Amino acid sequence: MGVRSDLIYLDNPATSWPKPPCVTEAIVRFLNEIGANPGRSAHRLAVASGRVVYEAREAVAELFNAPDPMRVVFCHNVTEALNLALCGYLRPGDHVITTSMEHNSVMRPLRELERQGVAISVVACSPQGFLEPADVEAAIRRETVLIVVNHASNVVGTILPIARIGEIARRYGLLLLVDAAQTGGSYPIDMETDGIDLLAFTGHKALYGPTGTGGLIIGKRVDLERLRPLKRGGTGSRSEYEEQPDFLPDRYESGTPNVVGLAGLSAGVRWVIAQGVESIRAHEMELTQQLIAGLQAIPGVTVYGGLDACQQTATVSFNIAGMYPSEAGLRLDEEYGILCRVGLHCAPNAHKTIGTFPYGTVRFGLSIFNTAAEVERAVEAVRALVCSGRREQ
Amino acid sequence: MKEVRHMVILTHSTGHAIRAEKVLHAAGLPCKLIPVPRYLSSDCGICVQIEEGYAAQALAVLKEAGVAFEGVYKEESK
Repeated sequence: MGVRSDLIYLDNPATSWPKPPCVTEAIVRFLNEIGANPGRSAHRLAVASGRVVYEAREAVAELFNAPDPMRVVFCHNVTEALNLALCGYLRPGDHVITTSMEHNSVMRPLRELERQGVAISVVACSPQGFLEPADVEAAIRRETVLIVVNHASNVVGTILPIARIGEIARRYGLLLLVDAAQTGGSYPIDMETDGIDLLAFTGHKALYGPTGTGGLIIGKRVDLERLRPLKRGGTGSRSEYEEQPDFLPDRYESGTPNVVGLAGLSAGVRWVIAQGVESIRAHEMELTQQLIAGLQAIPGVTVYGGLDACQQTATVSFNIAGMYPSEAGLRLDEEYGILCRVGLHCAPNAHKTIGTFPYGTVRFGLSIFNTAAEVERAVEAVRALVCSGRREQ
Repeated sequence: MKEVRHMVILTHSTGHAIRAEKVLHAAGLPCKLIPVPRYLSSDCGICVQIEEGYAAQALAVLKEAGVAFEGVYKEESK
């Protein structure tokens, strides 16, 4: 991969790195050979640029079994997609159900909506991060219109049973919004069989695209009139009217899109499809189990979550007794070249749920490009850190 | 030589036109993306141009594939 061999990059739950070479190539090709604005003009480069955007839509729709490529609305990241879904759909008087493992990309828009009169129920997950679907069902009220859950925790990787929640949502006539930031590309997602009405995804994690890409896929049960756009503006369509178009995806996509980013995203998604999500998942599961077992074997290290690779993504959180996560993170970087993320990971309630608030954890997150040798080196580095920490005491 | 007459298929947006072209090519129907003629719409995008003889088949293919379009019109020349 041409990656610096002295560094071990374990911050993939934040942004994956490295990227497949085809992603970089697609970005360079777009900038060198196309470069134009898509959907605004009619010359050949504008059309070529439009094709790049459309091909990205098709790739994403295929990966997640979306009902139609035109239902893929591109955003700058999953946060914008979640804001579009939550702030666009919910109204004062509505009730929404979520979980105690959510990221602030869900909780902050929800807390603002709560201030405006939307009622929120936060269903508690277990200290391992697991969600009991019956608890979601028990929280449903007459005013409930939406259930929003992350597919997997960005803190401990615990996978939530979205298909079972989707089944509940359909039974009660509610919409299910899934935050797939941590699973899109690394765990199978099927909008139809999982019963997902709104799927928020990001491009720069396991889809191996660049930052600044992501989107919201809008299922057929969603009332588009009710789902208001976050922004309005030029779309290159219906230019004679000053009102926003009502059709997809233009209703929700205004302004020149990040075409160079979408060129990379498209290549990343095609690469993921070619590898096979199941095969990516198998590789990551094997390394995750190795990582969990390795860390658990070190006295003084506490590993959080379900401790079972089958029930989580390749994200593992832990703490070293007597050492702040921030200190561990700095020393792992400076002394061992291991790059990870420490602290609260923008998910304070998730850390309250697993009992690690307010200091948080050290988080190692793997990707398809990590190897068993790297996991071994990372575990040995933690062991060395524990030993050196003890000597100093 | 007899002049070939064309029809144009207007779509919601550039993205829809690109999708329509892709679906029509996949069905073996020759077509081309051209700027939306001003006499049809003041839109700044593109539309699908197709030989008149293929138009009916093209519309059936688009409907079958679930590709939305706004209408089909005879192409005029000044």
